[in-house]
Amino acid sequence: MELFRNTNIDFLGKKWYFLGITVVLLLAGMISMGVRYSRTGDLVPLGVDFKGGTLVYVKFTETPNLDQIRASLGSAGLRDPRIQSYGPAANNEVLIALEQRETSEAALDQGKNNIVKALETNAPQDKTDLNNVGYSSVQQYLMQKDPLRAGTNAEQQYGEIARRIVDFRDRERGGVLKSVQDLSGIVPQPVFEAMQADYFTSNFSVRNVEIVGPQVGAQLRTRAIMATIYSMIGMLVYLWFRFELIYGVAAVSAVVHDTLITLGLFSLLNTEISLTVIAAILTLVGYSMNDTIVVFDRIRENVKLLRRESLTEIVNRSINQTLSRTVLTSGLTFLTVLSLFIFGGEVLYGFSLALVIGILIGTYSSIFIAAPMLVAFQDWQAKRTGRSAVVPAAKETKGEKAKAKV
Amino acid sequence: MKKNLGLKVALIIATLLVFVWGILLGTDPSSSIKAIKERGLVAGVQQNIHLGLDLKGGTHLILQVMVNDAINVDSDQAMDRLREELRTANVPYGELAKPDPQNPDRIVIKGVPANNAGDLRRIVGERLPDYDLGSAAGDTYTISMKPQVLATLKNHAVAQAIETIRNRIDQLGVSEPVIQEHGLGEHQILVQLPGVDDPARVKDIMQSTAMLEIRQALDDGRSYSSEQEALSAHGGVLPPDAVIMKGRTVGARSDQQGDQYFVVSRSTAVSGRDLRDAQATREENGRPAVSFTLTRDGGNKFFSFTSAHVGDYLAVVLDGKVREVATIREPIRDRGSISGGMDEQAAKDLSMVLRSGALPAGIRYLEERTVGPSLGADSIRQGVNAALIGMIAVMAFMLIYYRGAGINANLGLVLNLVILLGFLGFTGATLTLPGIAGLILTVGMGVDSNVLIFERIREELRAGKTAPSAIEQGFAHAWLTIVDTHVTTIVSAAILFLFGTGPVKGFAVTLTFGLLANLFTAVFVSRAIFDALLNKHQRGEALSI
Repeated sequence: MELFRNTNIDFLGKKWYFLGITVVLLLAGMISMGVRYSRTGDLVPLGVDFKGGTLVYVKFTETPNLDQIRASLGSAGLRDPRIQSYGPAANNEVLIALEQRETSEAALDQGKNNIVKALETNAPQDKTDLNNVGYSSVQQYLMQKDPLRAGTNAEQQYGEIARRIVDFRDRERGGVLKSVQDLSGIVPQPVFEAMQADYFTSNFSVRNVEIVGPQVGAQLRTRAIMATIYSMIGMLVYLWFRFELIYGVAAVSAVVHDTLITLGLFSLLNTEISLTVIAAILTLVGYSMNDTIVVFDRIRENVKLLRRESLTEIVNRSINQTLSRTVLTSGLTFLTVLSLFIFGGEVLYGFSLALVIGILIGTYSSIFIAAPMLVAFQDWQAKRTGRSAVVPAAKETKGEKAKAKV
Repeated sequence: MKKNLGLKVALIIATLLVFVWGILLGTDPSSSIKAIKERGLVAGVQQNIHLGLDLKGGTHLILQVMVNDAINVDSDQAMDRLREELRTANVPYGELAKPDPQNPDRIVIKGVPANNAGDLRRIVGERLPDYDLGSAAGDTYTISMKPQVLATLKNHAVAQAIETIRNRIDQLGVSEPVIQEHGLGEHQILVQLPGVDDPARVKDIMQSTAMLEIRQALDDGRSYSSEQEALSAHGGVLPPDAVIMKGRTVGARSDQQGDQYFVVSRSTAVSGRDLRDAQATREENGRPAVSFTLTRDGGNKFFSFTSAHVGDYLAVVLDGKVREVATIREPIRDRGSISGGMDEQAAKDLSMVLRSGALPAGIRYLEERTVGPSLGADSIRQGVNAALIGMIAVMAFMLIYYRGAGINANLGLVLNLVILLGFLGFTGATLTLPGIAGLILTVGMGVDSNVLIFERIREELRAGKTAPSAIEQGFAHAWLTIVDTHVTTIVSAAILFLFGTGPVKGFAVTLTFGLLANLFTAVFVSRAIFDALLNKHQRGEALSI
């Protein structure tokens, strides 16, 4: 089975169509970013990593009523919490977010504590919430209460029972028990009776908490920006080395274009940008260089072989020759990334979305943008100096002979 | 054309075995074998491949040590001493203060007449050795800490905070806690506690000041061998302000087994909050001792206590257990020493014990993340699912598109994973959720190399070359490009590793290991498989690709 055998598409001739599509995507993204900027002062939806703030992920036993939650939080004095459903509806999960100004380093976890307290409506005064305790506090309770009259190995025995209770709750019931009765059969009878007397179950459990103070938020922002700058510089230098500066500039422009479109799409889809999203984008910067290098390699080779053809012809031929390889490799990587996006879960959503968009756009730009840009630069330079457009016969690097066609 | 095939195959099998070792047994074979025997194969793997907090559940905190607290203590004490000395030397002065909270090591003294300048210089030089006297502006002088001393003080505060926190966290029985200086900012500490889902309790313990107390030891500091004995010494009823405490003093004789019992006062003279530092030293007569420093408030409290009890005994209580009993020889203000009945090791131990009860400066929380264990379990499940589905999709494609050669690629893929996981087992690197994503990425990227080679082989076959020649050319031409593509992605991963935090670092690590593994499998292993096929190949028979 073979696709792409001897294609002959006139890429450069159609370059205005491709550029047009790009421009449309870019514009859409930029408009969205502009609107967001005028409304909130951010260009893209920033996650808590960069903006600071409090995020509490709560799982309920039955479908949560968002309005009711908002009301409870409001009466606890929490202004403007952001409340939204999280993940598939069957999970009954809700994300509650507090702004950064409510998250000061003087009392970092106050927002979270207030949220938890506000959600614990009608909690019996003297009982502990079984859905929001940790393993060690259950163990301590059992050791103090000592329902089994355990002797010297009380710590170990109760430790095992506590572990069993907590694992049952977390691994088999997704973190929330509907009632303390659920424990019957899981623990010995005396323990069960003791826990019934001293524990109750609220209708929620806190699954995940992220609280980032302003100092850390600023530090992470700086790091992300520095990492991006270093990546771009690294790319430019590497391509300058391997080819010529102009190739490097064309490739970096393609990558900048990719990144802008990705960010724009994130803004359009209103998906938050976290540190892992930036990591995904930067990984793809490195990865998509590969396709670009392959095309440039072929262009350089053909320039030497086909001295009598025009630059446009050469570039066209090169792209066609490498098409099979480019689409196949990107396609295979895309397959795995798609699997991650569909099956990888909520936590990785932003990350896998960045990968999906990045690979699609990256491949697109390697084929349709980078090479035509190279030609465009050369033409422009030719017009400036009056010489005919010629791709610089780049330096013979060692191993050039073995490099040949791929 | 055997071409050392046997050697190559042996090398590949050896590699496979080595990395399977890494997965199952890791760097600590004995405990892994134990885990496998007791709880099965999966448990053995879990021993070796460390899971990040986002997969295991746990608490992640970033604290900042308020080093200015520690500096303030020192400069407060310096100011007090300066006042004393100026009074003794009859040097008049107007105002003595620390005007700048941002620079708490700077003391400004105003109103010193010119003829006393020499006195001031002498006093600062002799009595305040850690400080420098700046030049005068009229009659105002600035005394600031020597930069070296300042830096040492700050670093010491952070190091001691780490030690104290580590000791306190030990109480929680957390397995594999991470407590270390955090690179992102000034004086920041990273605390990662896997499996701990109750951050409030952790914070309580970290900041608890109830750990260290100094109380009066009654009954001349005598120790009893049981509670009854202590009670009967008081006629069966303790006085209202006394309480019996267990303990084992640092200087206890080794022939005294079990816990000792002491009668101590109910109230505390001084607590951990008041202690700033403790160091093992020697007294003038050469005996080992422990010298400690208190805060200003603590010093005041201690002064009243010791003045009222000269000749009596004090008990150093840590975690509700008596650790040392010492004589109060004279009133002690902010600096004192505990001596008597200690050898050098005991002095070191006691100073460490005291330090573990002392947070040298306040701590402030900058970041808090808690992953509940149910989320961790879900994340693992989803990550593994996605990885399996991705792998199956890719493997299916390779079989359909490249037929026989597809098997070649798929074998390489599986070997890749084994090597990658083995790497993790050997290096003790942490697998995070983005790390699993990195694994999935390497599956896709790894197969790219196979595609490169196979496409080239197809091209050569189409041009009419024989199978062996085509394979030769395929590998030869693709080699540099494969190295190229791997290097560019690995460099990206390296930048991410340098600038990223935990989960992102995990991603960078898995990506890099996977790509390195792929360099091996895509070229060496794949070639060996082709060569093996060729050996069984009849001349002119078509290559399945």
